[in-house]
Amino acid sequence: MSSQGIAQAKAWYWQRISAMVLALFVIVHLVIMIIAIRDGLTAAEIFSRTKGNLAFGIFYALFVLACAVHVPIGIAKISEEWLGLSAAASSLLAKALALIIVVLGLTAVWGVI
Amino acid sequence: MSTPATMNMSTETCSKTETIEVRVWRGTQEGEFKSYPVPRFESQTILDVVSFIQREVDETLSYRFACRVGMCGSCAMLVNGQARWTCRTHVSKVLNGSNTLEIAPLANLPVIKDLSTDMTQFFDKWASAKGQFKGANTRKDPLARVKPSSPERLAADAGIECIGCGVCYSSCDVVTWRPDYLGPAALNRAWTLTNDTRDTAKLDRLRVIAGDAGCHSCHSHFACTERCPKGISPTASIAGLKRLIGRMAAKGELT
Repeated sequence: MSSQGIAQAKAWYWQRISAMVLALFVIVHLVIMIIAIRDGLTAAEIFSRTKGNLAFGIFYALFVLACAVHVPIGIAKISEEWLGLSAAASSLLAKALALIIVVLGLTAVWGVI
Repeated sequence: MSTPATMNMSTETCSKTETIEVRVWRGTQEGEFKSYPVPRFESQTILDVVSFIQREVDETLSYRFACRVGMCGSCAMLVNGQARWTCRTHVSKVLNGSNTLEIAPLANLPVIKDLSTDMTQFFDKWASAKGQFKGANTRKDPLARVKPSSPERLAADAGIECIGCGVCYSSCDVVTWRPDYLGPAALNRAWTLTNDTRDTAKLDRLRVIAGDAGCHSCHSHFACTERCPKGISPTASIAGLKRLIGRMAAKGELT
């Protein structure tokens, strides 16, 4: 099998696994949001719930990592199809996007716990 | 049962009472729609409409058909923007209460003239996806025995009735976006051969379709499945290929 074929197969595999994780996490996230806004949506209220909450931190850190795996693989394909990027350029774009999602996402999680 | 005489009478009666306006693509890649009034017949198909125009109104209209019974896969066209097999599509099904029809050549294929497309790339992709059966037996060997209830046979059965009409290929967004994509029909064929226990070219085939323009390009939009006139689900076949290739790649069986 060509290395390109193996890379495609692995990318599909990872996107599928990350999609399974995200399907579960998005449901939990939506439930959290619905419950959280019951006492108003203020910074003080949010911090009172999240500060020092390790479970919250682990959950959203995993959420960020799943996004960082899932989104760039899809964007790489779409950018090839819609923007006509070469495989190398779309791969570079995907890696950059993964890095941005990891850095910004984990920074945000770190900021509230 | 209708005799030719009663059928003619019925045709005559209908033609006096109802006419539909049919816009037909004329030209090649460049061209325009031209309108033709066509009398409405009982049990009239889209292919009947096109044949009427070619025989009675404008003999220069080019289109393709052969069997007229949904077997040969020659007559697919865009009807009101949707790819359909025209010999088995009744006008009453697509008129939707209006009095106009629009008939165009299949999308995603170069137009030769009017309603005829050049299907070379469509069939070349079947060959690229190693759609030919390769067996090890000779005519002197006994016939292979394949259990009808085996999972492989059932998987192959689900996709085996493809008539190569090109409706799925014409309906696929991914083919539009990346013309090198092998497409639903070629991948469906690859899946049926992958499940053919007599076939000996599985590894070579999977190597080809795991590539960039192969099964992993499918976004599972289901347009091919929605439009396939034979009720096949190429999306399911492609998903099967993805799963198989994913498993084999993870185990290092395809290197």
